[in-house]
Amino acid sequence: MAYLTTHPDVVPVISFRFGKGAADIDRYLELDGYKDVQKCFQMEPDAIINEVKASGLRGRGGAGFPTGLKWSFVPKESAKPKYILVNGDESEPGTCKDRLIFEHDPHSVIEGVLIAGLAVGARMGFIYLRGEYRFLIEIMEKAVADAYQRGFLGKGIFGTKHDFEIVVQTGAGAYEVGEESALMESLEGKRGVPRIRPPFPAVAGLYGGPTVINNAETLATVPHIFRIGAKEYAALGTERNGGTRLYCLSGHLEKPGVYELPMGYNLRKMIYEVGGGIPNGKKLKAVVPGGSSTPVLLPEEIDIGMDFDQVAKAGSMLGSGGVVVLDETVCMVEFALRTIKFYQHESCGWCIPCREGTDWLKKSLTRLHMGGAVDKDIDQIKYLAENMLGRTFCPLGDAAAMPTVGFVQKFRKEFEDHLNGKGCPYHPAPDYELATV
Amino acid sequence: MADVTFTVDGKQLTAPKGTLLIEACRQAGIEIPAFCYYPGLSLQGACRMCVVRVEKMPKLQTACTTPVAEGMVVTTESPEIGQARKATIELLLGNHPLDCPVCDAGGECELQDMTFKYGAHQSQFVEIKNHREEQQWSPVVYFDRPRCILCYRCVRVCGEGMDVWALGIQNRGSGAVIAPNKQDHLECEECGMCIDICPVGALTSGTYRYKTRPWEMSHVSTVCTHCADGCKTTLGVRRSDDGMEIVRGDNRDKSGFNNDFLCIKGRYAFDFANREERVTQPMLRQPNGEFKPATWEEALDFAAGKLREIRDSRGGKSIGVIGSTRITNEEAYLLQKFARSILGTNNIDHHRTADYPAFLAALKAKGQKEASIRDFADAKAILVLGNDPTEQHPLLAWQIRNNVRNNQARLHAANHQDIKLRRQATSFLPIQQENYGALVAFLAGNEKALKGNAEAAGFRDALRKEESIVIAFGSEYRGKDIEALIAFGAGFKNVKFACLGDYANSRGASDMGLLPDLLPGYVPVTSAGSFAQEYGAALPAEPGLDMIQMFDAAGRGDLAALYVASSDPVKLYGVDPAALKNTFVIVQDMFLTETAKLADVILPAANLYEKAGTATNTYGDLQLVKKAADKAGVRADFDLIVRLAGHMGHDIKTLVPFGKGLLADFGQSRGTQSGEADRHAVWLTAHQLELKASPFDPFAIFDEIQRLVPAYEVPRLNLMAGNDEHLKSDLVQIQTGAARRDLVLPSNDTLFTSGTLGEYSQMLHSVMESRKQKPGRNSRGLMIRKA
Amino acid sequence: MPAEKTTIFSPELAARFDRLVTLYPVKRSALVPMLLYAQDEIGYISDAVIAEVAERIGITELDVRNVVSYYSLMRTKPVGKYHVQVCTNIACMLRGGNELLHHCSKRLGIGHKQTTPDGLFSLEEVECIGSCSWAPAVQVNYDYHENLTLETMDKVLDEYRAKASK
Repeated sequence: MAYLTTHPDVVPVISFRFGKGAADIDRYLELDGYKDVQKCFQMEPDAIINEVKASGLRGRGGAGFPTGLKWSFVPKESAKPKYILVNGDESEPGTCKDRLIFEHDPHSVIEGVLIAGLAVGARMGFIYLRGEYRFLIEIMEKAVADAYQRGFLGKGIFGTKHDFEIVVQTGAGAYEVGEESALMESLEGKRGVPRIRPPFPAVAGLYGGPTVINNAETLATVPHIFRIGAKEYAALGTERNGGTRLYCLSGHLEKPGVYELPMGYNLRKMIYEVGGGIPNGKKLKAVVPGGSSTPVLLPEEIDIGMDFDQVAKAGSMLGSGGVVVLDETVCMVEFALRTIKFYQHESCGWCIPCREGTDWLKKSLTRLHMGGAVDKDIDQIKYLAENMLGRTFCPLGDAAAMPTVGFVQKFRKEFEDHLNGKGCPYHPAPDYELATV
Repeated sequence: MADVTFTVDGKQLTAPKGTLLIEACRQAGIEIPAFCYYPGLSLQGACRMCVVRVEKMPKLQTACTTPVAEGMVVTTESPEIGQARKATIELLLGNHPLDCPVCDAGGECELQDMTFKYGAHQSQFVEIKNHREEQQWSPVVYFDRPRCILCYRCVRVCGEGMDVWALGIQNRGSGAVIAPNKQDHLECEECGMCIDICPVGALTSGTYRYKTRPWEMSHVSTVCTHCADGCKTTLGVRRSDDGMEIVRGDNRDKSGFNNDFLCIKGRYAFDFANREERVTQPMLRQPNGEFKPATWEEALDFAAGKLREIRDSRGGKSIGVIGSTRITNEEAYLLQKFARSILGTNNIDHHRTADYPAFLAALKAKGQKEASIRDFADAKAILVLGNDPTEQHPLLAWQIRNNVRNNQARLHAANHQDIKLRRQATSFLPIQQENYGALVAFLAGNEKALKGNAEAAGFRDALRKEESIVIAFGSEYRGKDIEALIAFGAGFKNVKFACLGDYANSRGASDMGLLPDLLPGYVPVTSAGSFAQEYGAALPAEPGLDMIQMFDAAGRGDLAALYVASSDPVKLYGVDPAALKNTFVIVQDMFLTETAKLADVILPAANLYEKAGTATNTYGDLQLVKKAADKAGVRADFDLIVRLAGHMGHDIKTLVPFGKGLLADFGQSRGTQSGEADRHAVWLTAHQLELKASPFDPFAIFDEIQRLVPAYEVPRLNLMAGNDEHLKSDLVQIQTGAARRDLVLPSNDTLFTSGTLGEYSQMLHSVMESRKQKPGRNSRGLMIRKA
Repeated sequence: MPAEKTTIFSPELAARFDRLVTLYPVKRSALVPMLLYAQDEIGYISDAVIAEVAERIGITELDVRNVVSYYSLMRTKPVGKYHVQVCTNIACMLRGGNELLHHCSKRLGIGHKQTTPDGLFSLEEVECIGSCSWAPAVQVNYDYHENLTLETMDKVLDEYRAKASK
């Protein structure tokens, strides 16, 4: 069982019940569980949405779209049923936060779904977890079964006239399914290929019905907003970036781990104090601030508050909160190659720029790292990435192109050091080959 | 929807709200490039070629997914857009093999064209291209993976357009690949739509691949010779040792009501024309029973001499004539004129596949109520009774599917089989094969007519909700049943009907009087006044012998001569060869058919692709037939009839009124051997000049048809330009049709058979063979997808 | 599906599938879970699995294959009893994921997507499995092993080997 890592600066809002056995429904109830949804039964849908708006909560999946605003796009009247969809397909490299929520506090996800359901008038929800998280699916399925058993789900929940169904769904290994419309395709039993938008999910989403789709952390945060109050929640963070979030610290750190910190927490402090600094007295070379798709930051660029706006101002993105720290030993070409290898593997293949672009970036970077490139190849890599930016069907192309452009721009010298047969002077490709039978 | 006004490249445009930008631009003459966008198919937004700049949008937008909006300002060409498109092509060319010199699509390739336009001519990549071996998926379909640019057109046209769903997409990312439904091969309708719609040379056809270059062919747009839907097909022909051979069939120019649709027969089953077994010399039976090649003079002299002798000695009543469902209207007309005015007989018939006389008689006096095939493309509601359009009328099935899918038309169908179109049906009623008549009675209000069919009432209720409907019925309906059906249909506020026959000119054969009792236009032989006047001869006034009676007469020794034009009645009707042993038989055909084997004289005949004229599809749509191919040694049926008449000593000017009217430009040949020259005909017609300088000019006869058959009096210029003209069926002169003897013999062809022609098509044989090798599939081998 | 219909799955799984298709507004939504659970029981997604799943959902086998080939957890060939999936994505790479992969390969004598001759282990280099803060990590079947060193990796492999011989 993985735990939240502790630090004096941690502000436990969403992690309030972590490590307290709250996966057990009785324990969850003891810890004030399912009280917030009952508060919401007394509220008008618009009041619920306004409360979420007031909390300043923004999507924790990566794009940072204001959650209350997203909910308000769902039409009041709809011929087709509405749905609440939990995006628990956590797949962005560097990100490992949602799994803690599912493991430690599954009922908070259910409660968040129920509150969203009340706010937009939905009667059914789906919790979509990535297939690798099989143990979490079991935890989540038990939590849902327990909730049904207590009458918190099913017909006439909490003794009211409301009905609500929840199904826990498994993915099967596809990063692209983290994209909201691709997730709906997957949930409809198809290849996880994104859909043309508009129409947006809020208008026509799952099974053609208006759909709220939120990241698991986002929805799990919602009950806590009602627990501590929207204003109080908002005040924990910075302007337009309410509350706290789970930051996943990984890479070259003394104390990697998942920490709940206020929005806007200083990145340098996060690395050197919360994360314990770089091991073995090594120097910091670079930071990927929000998961592998976000452009890299240099050591001189990390004196920023970790919220959506400040990181954007620094030329990167807060993304999914995955902070990957690189020390001076890392070869940035190898790192860029590994990043692209991932996106090449995960491209759904739907549109040309992403399908072909990731493939050629991978091929070019591989050759460059092995020393087979000449000067113009660096520009060619940048040209490829720049011509993917903004041209692909869904954000996956951007996710591959943005960091690549960043690596080339900020570490061009390292790229040049590989040229003309020199190979990798930093971290040569290991001289081993995998065994074969 | 209301119109919106928007600006594209500085031009102010107007289009209905909701129109896709790419379509609105194309209609205004602004071409936006696209690989994946295809009109009528679902949207993909995948190729990113149609990116344009829309003001106030942060990124380039795809024109194929952007609906026009009021006040929208769009730029479709700029350095930024050009660069985006160029980069996309560069990426495609990264893995695309540059084997253009040998690729089937070379010269007709959309990727080539785009590369030419956007100039992605420099290869930036040094890595090895991803490669996979080419695969054969069926006798028809080959797939070359590296050439595929994954536009998914094939997947969509197969699924959405054909409702076959035999192609899928497998793997993901750069490994994504189009896959056939049976892992390593296809099991489908083999229509070839996927091949034609492919913008590059990834999907190629078994008949055409690596055979020629597109620019080495002439392309002739004519009418398909197979079923009675009358699709336009553009035949690619090139010079061969003995004429012009057909190497390709498609309808990529989207001419005609079939747009780009063709079925396997229209696209690939032209190969019968190139068969080695074709008869290319006249042959005479020797006393020892064997055939011996003869010169045209010998053969025609002999045949004509015998015919004249028999006519003069035993009378016209001792001669029978059998026409064809695959010759032109002019040939059919000429054949009956020859029979009636020269041989002096009404013993003339053809293989009837639908009861057109009863249909047209029932329609008479109801106004113009015959449906064109075009009506099925936009009718709000359609009723199909009997028949299996997917198998027997592939274009009709295509029209209905697309109308249901794109316009939400309602299809109602009743059938004794579980036909595939059932999937598109709003309501479907299974009935017993013997109950088609009873169904009409039930629909018309006789509650007892369909006792025991619990679903019938619901079906009737669904029909009663319709105000406007187009009704198509198969050969299950004949005579009085047709009369009853038309009477019932008249109850709808707006109604049109279509009677479904089987072959390319089944309708024309009937319209042109290849019937023992009816003259062209269904004028009874008993009132042949205007015809006798025109022909300048006394015509026999008694109805003649029909097909069955002729062979009975032959068996009795009462039929001294039989003249058969491009038909195989001996096989069709299972005639005992012995019945013809005392009959002098002349057969003109492409092959040594069962009937030809019994002939005394065989004259090698051309097929519909080797001649000019007109043909009428089963919906009464008249179209121009153009000569595409040529085979040394054969002659069109038209020529053969004229020559026989000439050799009989008849003045052929009374048979073919050529040389009349204003003469102009003798430099042009306009015989049945003419092909492209029909462009000239358009010019002539436009200038009110009529050139009929040759006795083999089908248009000399077409003039006569238009004079004598009012239904065929359609605008000539439009027809000559290659467009279809709907007949004026309400002008048919028939009095009564329902009481005639029922001689309809449905061919029951499937997608992969086509009467005699099908037997000589290697492609159709290969497809059927490939199915037999895989046991456990139904005879059609069709994939039925569950709802 | 009629009750007497034969199935290639265990009665428990068949019963689960019977229920699964009723949970959703659209039957096809059960496809991905059904395939994954079928793989868990059969070991891989065989032609027979594809045929039965297609039948249960009411779609073509082609539709099923299109989906199977899309998802990286789904496999159409058998793997070892213990499928060792080593993450080498960025966070794990920085903390020795590649070395771990190499070590496993050497220890097991097999490469990427290969299976030991005794069928006990198979090895796969995988993309991020969501253990970034506890890197490097390995997933054996569905079980996570995190914060690994070459030594602890050996222990993990030994434990599985011991488990198998019991």
